[in-house]
Amino acid sequence: MELVPVYLAFILALSIFLGFELISKVPATLHTPLMSGANAISGITLVGALLAAGADGPGWLATLLGAAAVFFATVNVVGGYLVTDRMLGMFKKRPDKQAAEKPET
Amino acid sequence: MTDLVVNLAYLGAAVLFVLGLKMLGSPSTARRGNALSAIGMLIAVVATLLSQGVVAWHWIAIAAGAGAVVGALAARLVAMTSMPEMVALFNGSGGIASLLVGAAALFPGVIGGAAGAETAVSTFTAVTVLLSVMIGGVTFSGSIVAWGKLAEVLPGGALLFAGQRLVNGGLLAALVACGVCFALAPSADSPYFVAVLVLALALGVLAVVPIGGADMPVVISLLNSYSGLAACAAGFAINNNVLIVSGSLVGAAGIILTNIMCKAMNRSLANVLFSGFGAPRAGARVEGEVKPINAEDASLILEAASAVAFVPGYGMAVAQAQHVVHELGELLEENGCEVSYAIHPVAGRMPGHMNVLLAEASVPYDQLVEMEDINPRMANIDVAVVIGANDVVNPAAREDEASPIYGMPVINVDHARTVFVLKRSMASGFAGIDNPLFFGANTRMLFGDAKTSISAVIASLKD
Repeated sequence: MELVPVYLAFILALSIFLGFELISKVPATLHTPLMSGANAISGITLVGALLAAGADGPGWLATLLGAAAVFFATVNVVGGYLVTDRMLGMFKKRPDKQAAEKPET
Repeated sequence: MTDLVVNLAYLGAAVLFVLGLKMLGSPSTARRGNALSAIGMLIAVVATLLSQGVVAWHWIAIAAGAGAVVGALAARLVAMTSMPEMVALFNGSGGIASLLVGAAALFPGVIGGAAGAETAVSTFTAVTVLLSVMIGGVTFSGSIVAWGKLAEVLPGGALLFAGQRLVNGGLLAALVACGVCFALAPSADSPYFVAVLVLALALGVLAVVPIGGADMPVVISLLNSYSGLAACAAGFAINNNVLIVSGSLVGAAGIILTNIMCKAMNRSLANVLFSGFGAPRAGARVEGEVKPINAEDASLILEAASAVAFVPGYGMAVAQAQHVVHELGELLEENGCEVSYAIHPVAGRMPGHMNVLLAEASVPYDQLVEMEDINPRMANIDVAVVIGANDVVNPAAREDEASPIYGMPVINVDHARTVFVLKRSMASGFAGIDNPLFFGANTRMLFGDAKTSISAVIASLKD
């Protein structure tokens, strides 16, 4: 049982390195969607919130805290993914027609 | 569903988050990456709902329903110019969610999702709960202040008072002391817990208040990182892997962006956080005569140009000029001119803000150019059009050692053959620094509202 914190710390250390590798490859153009997407991912707290709000027996205060957490985390998840999708949908490549014309100019 | 299946689902979700972030590496795959990440989230949520730990549904249904409606409406209705405010609020709600989860983890029966009756709170749990409450609390109140500054509900400048660092230092010391007292005798009704909560919220406010409006991109990035770290801490509190993995991915993202922003301003993070840069100060005065130009003359010069670079700043967003800028860009392209949009990393009020605004105005992303790519070929640009940007094109950052922004990398528009500066009036920029660019021999000032000015240029180009 005392090993659990160590094992969690392993996961933490490796995911931080993975995060640095992944995020440093995101181009500057996409930094705003990256941030709103990160907002959505940090809404993963929803998992913990569901466990707190859905547990049977810890008392009304814990349920209340859990339910409030469910609300805020859901705002992040739903809002974050939708607004990121809306933004990313705006990023378009130059139409082929113009790309074909370009070398001549 | 058994714990094994639930944890395998969490593993799947974590893999999808990683893949989603990887696909964010290119604008062509980014949207699918985001969808993939959302599927990962759905899997994690469904698995949790079906797990043995979740037995009471009605509060979940109400809270999640309300949250989904608020989130969906916000995502649909927000104007792209207001994305910094939106992200600030999302940072805050992520922070408070982690705070609440951490607090709930103090109650027996919640930890690890097991419905068993755990009586005592272990020291490990107490420490991780403390971390999630502290980080979550600072993130929440700090984000609300950041939002207030961005939305101009609060004064945008740096608020400094005597002994500010002393007060903040004292607050931090009190926070740590209360935390230690709590960890020695952890329980949900400990008075130290309430003290930690209140102190963390106060610290968040006081930490953001002294930071000036021009430094907001750094603050939002940093709070973005904190919201991830708060989720991470909550993950430790309830022994949940997927929270730790996702939280640290978000934490890393925020730290990288913070670092990029600081480098783009040539300042250390400590300097941004503590110096109150946005406060009025005496900089080097610049004297000279500005040379105004009217829309007709500007259109004649643009018509003759074969390479034009637009350099947008936050002023473009304020004037809502991005659509007319794109229209002008298209007209020039039809005229055989090579058009690019040069974007400084700290242009706008959050990382990548200008890119989103231009993308919204249907500028293809392959025309969006970063500072390092445009500067070497600036001498070949016939006309650089500066729209509502000031500090990010200020040559004083290169030449004047007395300038407060000396050493900051800037887009060298003054190296272009001609520079048009679109400006409402001769007031100095967001950071309150005089700009010798306005007095340059090759600079022409096009005064007025950016949108009106560009529309006038378009009209006379079409004639």
